[in-house]
Amino acid sequence: MTLPLQLWDGLLHSLRKLGAAILFLIEILKQCPAALARPKLISQQVRNSGVLSLIIIMTSAFFVGMVIGLQGYDSLSRLRQEDILGAGVALTLFKELGPVVTALLFAGRAGTSLASEIGLMRATDQLAAMEVMAIDPIRRIIAPRFIGAVISVPLLTAVFNAIGILGAWFIGVQVMGVDNGAFWSQMQEYVDPPDIYEGVLKSFVFGVTAGLVAVFEGYNAPPTAEGVGMATTRTVVTTSILVLIFDYTITAYLL
Amino acid sequence: MGWPTPASTGVRWKPPESVTADNLVEVSGLRFGRSGRPIFSGLDLGVRRGSITAIMGPSGTGKTTLLRMITGQLRPEAGTVKVGGLDVASLARNELFDLRRRMGMLFQNSALLTDFNVFENVAFPVRENTRLPEALIRQLVLTKLNSVGLRGAAGLMPAELSGGMGRRVAMARAMVLDPELLLYDEPFSGLDPISLGVVLRLIRLNNDALGLTSIVVSHDVAEISHIADHCFVISEGRVIASGAPRELAESPSELVRQFMTGAADGPVPFHYPAPDYAEQLLGKPQ
Ligand SMILES: Nc1ncnc2c1ncn2[C@@H]1O[C@H](COP(=O)(O)OP(=O)(O)OP(=O)(O)O)[C@@H](O)[C@H]1O
Ligand SMILES: [Mg+2]
Repeated sequence: MTLPLQLWDGLLHSLRKLGAAILFLIEILKQCPAALARPKLISQQVRNSGVLSLIIIMTSAFFVGMVIGLQGYDSLSRLRQEDILGAGVALTLFKELGPVVTALLFAGRAGTSLASEIGLMRATDQLAAMEVMAIDPIRRIIAPRFIGAVISVPLLTAVFNAIGILGAWFIGVQVMGVDNGAFWSQMQEYVDPPDIYEGVLKSFVFGVTAGLVAVFEGYNAPPTAEGVGMATTRTVVTTSILVLIFDYTITAYLL
Repeated sequence: MGWPTPASTGVRWKPPESVTADNLVEVSGLRFGRSGRPIFSGLDLGVRRGSITAIMGPSGTGKTTLLRMITGQLRPEAGTVKVGGLDVASLARNELFDLRRRMGMLFQNSALLTDFNVFENVAFPVRENTRLPEALIRQLVLTKLNSVGLRGAAGLMPAELSGGMGRRVAMARAMVLDPELLLYDEPFSGLDPISLGVVLRLIRLNNDALGLTSIVVSHDVAEISHIADHCFVISEGRVIASGAPRELAESPSELVRQFMTGAADGPVPFHYPAPDYAEQLLGKPQ
């Protein structure tokens, strides 16, 4: 096959998959009210995908915060503007790094385990068995996991931001000697509610994306060991690409 | 709950022997293929209400596929599968789920939920489909587990069970809600002689005591002959013989005798369709 043909084929394949994913999302949304009526199932999923991602999110956030603190201090001190370090760090985290890095980490930590869990349930006929027991797997298995992700990602993003600021504060104020009062007051001065909303909107969109990709890949995984493995890999790759695309789109739209 | 019957007029209506209205499951003209290979080419069979019907046939003839069509997991390409007078393939999703609440199915590979222990696996359909109080659920589940001899295993996880134990748990789960139609896919494989006897009696007992209709897919001609009221032998997409087990054993047909005696050579092919053996081994292009 020639290259243009292959590209065309790839494009068609992606479009078909996108369509299937959107139909799947509609299917899930239809079952969401029923799933929300069972908060215990959802809190269990928030625990599975959210709480268990906390450690990796917090560790990463602290280091990301420290490195922005360091880089920010380095750049700002050339302009003799170290005092606005707090504002710069907070804006970077709230608007960009918090939602994006959290979503990427979530895809790697929780998305993969969701996809392989669901894929394995399909491969071992557990989903078929539920169907036959008149239990809708979308309602009982898929929707709670999807909602769990949609709840977890924004919460994890908030944690990421908080810890990230702490990391930057530690480097900037404690190590580099930026004035503590200036660090916090400049943050209050320059960070406006719309900046926060932008981050919240992004983290919500990324939560939907990460959750949908994971359950979609798992649900449609070929019922083989290789199929489940590939679905897991695709979950990370697809989520990462989509998150970066959506990040740009939302930023461009809001600016 | 009850299957719609023509007798709802109140007048006592006795169907003639061969009339199909008395069939709970009715398959007619079924056609289905997979990866371009036909599996069913005009299959007809009927399962009488209240009977135990055995479906036999060589491996790969589509017995599991047939059960999947009866439960509405697969749709026929042509022909119909009717359960209780309803065409399964034409039902809307919620109607299909209503129908499935009256069915229980034992999967060939047990299909237990690996995240739940044995007790919760059996309790799962009860919890999801009813609002019974916990005490009643406990009683129900333990009774069913006891009947398959696994009450003591209630706390084990599926990964801790042997294949035969898993099968018995799946059986308890399939019948926990006392469905009207029970489908068993290979209930005897992997069972030791004692559990096999228990399971055989259980299928018969369930069927008679609760007035169920049972469809049992099995290769074990000898075992199934003990309990089945009626047998169908399927091969190459059609029913090649049907009748009471005794009739089949004495059948003059070579096809049926081959199946009943288990000879590899005969009218029923043992091999999946394949190119010529010698040619393939010698590496000739196909
Ligand atoms: N998912 C599938 N995709 C393609 N072909 C399939 C699939 N599942 C089953 N088949 C084919 O359909 C045919 C019937 O399969 P089925 O599982 O119904 O056989 P069976 O009669 O239950 O066999 P066994 O007694 O070994 O369980 C087989 O030839 C198999 O190759
Ligand atoms: Mg089978």
